Amino acid sequence: MDTSTPDPAAPGAARTALLVLADGRFPAGGHAHSGGAEAAVKAGRIRDATDLAAFCRGRLHTTGLTSAALAAAAAAGVDALALDEAADARTPSPALRATARKLGRQLMRAARATWPCDALDALAAARPRGAHQPVVLGVTARAAGLGPEDAAHCVAYETVGGPATAVVRLLGLDPFEATAVLARLAPELDQVARRAAGAAHRALAEGTGTLPAASAPLLDITAEAHAAWPVRLFAS
Amino acid sequence: MHLDHSHDSAMAVSADAARPDGTKRALRIGLGGPVGSGKTATVAALCRALREELSIAVVTNDIYTREDAEFLLRNAVLPPERIQAVETGACPHTAIRDDISANLEAVEDLEDAVGPLDLILVESGGDNLTATFSKGLVDAQVFVIDVAGGDDIPRKGGPGVTTADLLVVNKTDLAPYVGSDLGRMARDAKAQRGELPVAFTSLTAENGVKPVADWVRTQLAAWSA
Ligand SMILES: Nc1nc2c(ncn2[C@@H]2O[C@H](COP(=O)(O)OP(=O)(O)O)[C@@H](O)[C@H]2O)c(=O)[nH]1
Ligand SMILES: [Mg+2]
Repeated sequence: MDTSTPDPAAPGAARTALLVLADGRFPAGGHAHSGGAEAAVKAGRIRDATDLAAFCRGRLHTTGLTSAALAAAAAAGVDALALDEAADARTPSPALRATARKLGRQLMRAARATWPCDALDALAAARPRGAHQPVVLGVTARAAGLGPEDAAHCVAYETVGGPATAVVRLLGLDPFEATAVLARLAPELDQVARRAAGAAHRALAEGTGTLPAASAPLLDITAEAHAAWPVRLFAS
Repeated sequence: MHLDHSHDSAMAVSADAARPDGTKRALRIGLGGPVGSGKTATVAALCRALREELSIAVVTNDIYTREDAEFLLRNAVLPPERIQAVETGACPHTAIRDDISANLEAVEDLEDAVGPLDLILVESGGDNLTATFSKGLVDAQVFVIDVAGGDDIPRKGGPGVTTADLLVVNKTDLAPYVGSDLGRMARDAKAQRGELPVAFTSLTAENGVKPVADWVRTQLAAWSA
């Protein structure tokens, strides 16, 4: 019997798979990345929970939306290599491209161990140094029996969850406050995930050119600077 | 889904003993232990002692700098392409135990770039007494403590002291100055570890790393057998 994919007819189908994939403990390398938060803390732009909320909101509606749509499109079955190119086109910072591919490669390892399938094998063979992380995540979601909106939720949540965890470590910010920031962003997260899933369906019909291309220039600039710091706690 | 055939065409998953091309991969040994106990000094001394007979590479996991990697470079114990530093996001134990992705990637990159390798040493960022390596990352682990950290550490135990494949008690040259009782440390370690080996070292002495180097040679012989 096929036991590795959920029965789509079951109530709450694949919800557990979604929890496994979205869990911060999923071993895909994310814990060493701050999503730009380390640079923002150093520059004095994040000092407390209010600043963290503003940072997360900005990240969510820019790179968060773009990444979530890429993941949703991959989960919807849009060609992963075309999406990988679309991700490059939407990532002007070489440092962030390198980070996205590094994290994609690390996610690939965990994904192939947890939800082995031909689609992941094919992408790993075509991009042995790593495809962009949101693309790998979308293909992984599909392998786990999840849909585009699930993939978009995962990426959107990671977009804000990563910086929040990093700021707890960097500033000693009260972890309850940091988690409350995430909870208060939930309606916006849901909205971004829905938009991303909608864009993915459109890309299925009209190609990857229609996917969102929102970006945060300050995140791009500080990522370049951060990559050159001699002393840092986080890889990005 | 397709659980009937293997999915290791482009990369080994983690603990697989073979490289994707089927040849045996390098033996991976982790070195853990508190900050300052002498992990980097041990790695450097091991490289010097073994580099003529073995093809070696090193992965460092500094807490917030590249100092360990730079120390090894500065002291020219290995050429730079054989040393890789991994960032740990302020959580050195996570990177060697709970989420070993970045370390596995570094290991793979080293094998690709300068392999085939016989031995890869993975130095942890230095942590508390509970930090141990995942079996998905290393084949054997060394826990390095020193006499200056207090001669009651072996008695306190903890996963590192109790379960490491080799316990190294370093800086024995300092024992008289810090009032550490080496006999007591040896008895306590024996009580915690049973038959597992313990090495007392002083890296300031000529060939002080010999007990550890000999242990590595034994591990390698078993690995290659
Ligand atoms: N006296 C003495 N000093 C040592 C010995 N081994 C290492 N050290 C010194 O202890 C300090 C910390 O060593 P290091 O290898 O960087 O520790 P790590 O943090 O565990 O990597 C350095 O200054 C070393 O030179 C030893 O056997 N005897
Ligand atoms: Mg060190």
